[in-house]
Amino acid sequence: MNMTVNSIGRDVPASIDGRPLRPFAGAYADASATDDDAGTRRSAGGPKRPSPGRGRPDKIVAGWDELLDRLDLKDGSTISFHHHLRDGDAVINEVVGRLAARGLRDLTIAPTALFPVHDRLVPYIESGVIARVEGSMNGAVGAACSRGAMRGTAVLRSHGGRQRAIQDGDLHIDAAFIAAPCADPAGNANGLFGKSACGPLAYPVPDSLYADRVAVITDGLVPYPCAPRSISGGNVDWVLEVESIGDASKIVSGTTRLTRSPTQLLIAELTARFIEETGVMRDGFSFQAGAGGISLAAVVFLAERMRARGVKASFAHGGATGVLASLLEEGLLGSIVDLQSFDLEAVRSCRDNLRHIESTPFDSYGPRASGSAASMLDIAVLGATEVDLDFNVNVNTHSDGLLLHGIGGHTDAAASAACSIITAPSFRKRIPIVRERVTTVSCPGEAVDVVVTERGIAINPRRGELAERARRAGLPLVTLGDLMVEVRAFTGIPDEPEFGDRVVAVVEWRDGTALDVVRELAPR
Amino acid sequence: MTKRKSDCEATYSPAAGALRVRVESSVGALFARAIERVARKTAAEFGVGSGELRIDDDGALDYAVAARVEAALRGAGFSRRSPGAASLGAQAPADAPARADDAARRSPSPWRSRLYLPGDQPDLLPNAGLFGADCLILDLEDSVTPSRKAEARILARRVLEAHRGFFGRSALVVRVNPLSGPFGRDDVAELGGCLPDAILLPKCESAADVIALAGLLDAMEASPDGRTLIMALVETARGVVAAPSIAAASDRVCALCFGAEDFSRDVGARRTASGAEASLARQSVVLAAKATGVQAHDSVYSDSDDDAGFAAYCGAARAIGFDGVGLVHPRQIAVAHRAFDPGPGELEEARRVVAALEEAESRGLGVASIEGKMIDAPVAERARRVAARANGKAR
Repeated sequence: MNMTVNSIGRDVPASIDGRPLRPFAGAYADASATDDDAGTRRSAGGPKRPSPGRGRPDKIVAGWDELLDRLDLKDGSTISFHHHLRDGDAVINEVVGRLAARGLRDLTIAPTALFPVHDRLVPYIESGVIARVEGSMNGAVGAACSRGAMRGTAVLRSHGGRQRAIQDGDLHIDAAFIAAPCADPAGNANGLFGKSACGPLAYPVPDSLYADRVAVITDGLVPYPCAPRSISGGNVDWVLEVESIGDASKIVSGTTRLTRSPTQLLIAELTARFIEETGVMRDGFSFQAGAGGISLAAVVFLAERMRARGVKASFAHGGATGVLASLLEEGLLGSIVDLQSFDLEAVRSCRDNLRHIESTPFDSYGPRASGSAASMLDIAVLGATEVDLDFNVNVNTHSDGLLLHGIGGHTDAAASAACSIITAPSFRKRIPIVRERVTTVSCPGEAVDVVVTERGIAINPRRGELAERARRAGLPLVTLGDLMVEVRAFTGIPDEPEFGDRVVAVVEWRDGTALDVVRELAPR
Repeated sequence: MTKRKSDCEATYSPAAGALRVRVESSVGALFARAIERVARKTAAEFGVGSGELRIDDDGALDYAVAARVEAALRGAGFSRRSPGAASLGAQAPADAPARADDAARRSPSPWRSRLYLPGDQPDLLPNAGLFGADCLILDLEDSVTPSRKAEARILARRVLEAHRGFFGRSALVVRVNPLSGPFGRDDVAELGGCLPDAILLPKCESAADVIALAGLLDAMEASPDGRTLIMALVETARGVVAAPSIAAASDRVCALCFGAEDFSRDVGARRTASGAEASLARQSVVLAAKATGVQAHDSVYSDSDDDAGFAAYCGAARAIGFDGVGLVHPRQIAVAHRAFDPGPGELEEARRVVAALEEAESRGLGVASIEGKMIDAPVAERARRVAARANGKAR
């Protein structure tokens, strides 16, 4: 593979599977481009469909076989999926299984994320039915990729990066399979109603706009018009009604219970303190925090501080939880801008509350958007598997080299928000989180401002003014170097995992440049 | 045994030939060699050069690996080759904390919070000092099943030898098993070379119980500088009745603690929300402690999710004179400290009293007064304590 070194010193390939790749040149390099790329260019738009002629289009297909016949997929086709049904999703496994039974091979699948239920795809990767993954790999599928089981080279993209790749034509989708909890015969669809209600139906929107063929699979068929509509029927070719698109108990399985982990609570409290005492928490501020243990607790503690000071936030962005929904109802939040609901309370809020707004990847994170919800954020609270002394963050691989996570909205939020905070314990089991160099760069340090651990807060030297405010507030500041030494004193220094030469996945930055690669693990 | 996160399981089987170490670990790609190194070093301490050690690990730190291997070897009948020789990490603790000076340790300012840590769970220890509890209790008694007593006391010794820094600025206390039972004396003996700031002695029923522990400590302490204190836990009818003599049994006793759960069972009471069944016992413990000049600590409040209930509980404990309370989760610390710290009004009053005392002293007056009212000795003493603690915190 022809390799080159990018601006953060990582070896990256010049092309993958025939597609040329530019090396990463800085988190905001495309914003200051002065060459032909500068200026606004309207892209040609999505696929052109023949006019259906007069009268009602007949999009309903009788069953899976008819749908797959009509989609006319071939060896090497690219098919896309989305993770709004999370670990309850039944559609990906169903489609891949049926295509395998039809003898198709070398498929590229482009999921927005995978969950443990999709571990069943591994045999199809090993047998060559699935040759590549573009988008996100999680759990056993990522591990299989790390072992070198996948024939092609995978591409890891953030939610925003995936939307951009579709818009720019880097990711050409032959057929998009959209699992819809509620849809009508014309293909209009939402995720708010039906037995499989999941909240927003946001992730499939770019696919519905740009894929050559779009199929809606629903277990909640309603008469036209399905409203509200997240997916526009005008972009949908076929509608398949099935018994079930997923296991409702696993679709919204998030917990709104506060974590019991003393360390997580300590990190969350320190995060909330940082947000208040550096002056970010003022009337009209906005934040993003996920649904993990630390993030959820940080939101709870932040809300306590907002209540005590009489401060109200203008909006919260990202995935929605029952905790956020209750803050919206209490009036502490002006709005929720939501891409994904994690629990039933959030689904209910998204359905019933006008200030709980369903977003899309373009509106939330689009790198080609002229500003997005993420760029309206004052603060984004994010996680990491590793951080290095340059503030580079790894969210994809573990220190042992295994690829186990997707990027999600991490880099989009980090690069767009006014301040990005990484929260993480200083060690997990006995693995220190701070390293000299992260195993994989998922987000360049240029876009990372603060790291909060239970042993103190590290602030990126690029943010001197922020560090000064934190110092004046008396917050416990550390440097990442000191933190690394302190933790290694009791964890020991981990050995380096052994990698082979083969690049199994490329980490793409939001602008499509090559940020880093994931290498095959050496057989043990 | 169910292996926990950040712990490991070690088993030894004798066999001919050089010692083999088999490591199975969730962090094996990064630490398998380190684990094997520690296992071999520990085996060498026990002169074990043959057989097989199997280690099933989920991210245990070196001290915990050493503790589990040691327990397996001692369970197989081996003993340390040179008794008293330094074990792993004992030579120079890498992270020895700044210790409070000895005078302060002999007569500590009251501990508002004493947080229990189950003694057989290594995952809870590295961060234990980060939460700011006044006092941490490494528990070898109720939270450790009889079959795990040996493992737990070895783990406690290893962490004390290698990682005093884990406990930060908190006073470190070990709750041993009752000396009258099958485990207590072994617990104390194990800690001989690395004594904590205090031993919490459960099920105290007479002065003799305390005297027995003090005798063991006298024999173990090399120098009088590092004097280990005793917290006496009173949790039976006999114990409550004997509280005054327990408190006075040794000048090592720094605190009387009340244990409500065992007390209620012992006297055949039903536990109620108001705690009325134990109110006389609580007041007896406070009286005995204060009459002897030692701290009084109330029982734990076990519902760590009920912040409001816990705050009310602490308020009631403080109202009858307790200095601190037992905790089962770090999230209770802030609530306890708020309850046992003087309020703003109380602090201001204390500072006025101290100022008046100092002024009287500077003018050579034997008696100080505020607004014509003479300041009694106990009022002066209490004001000095409150002001000193607040100043100490500000520093």
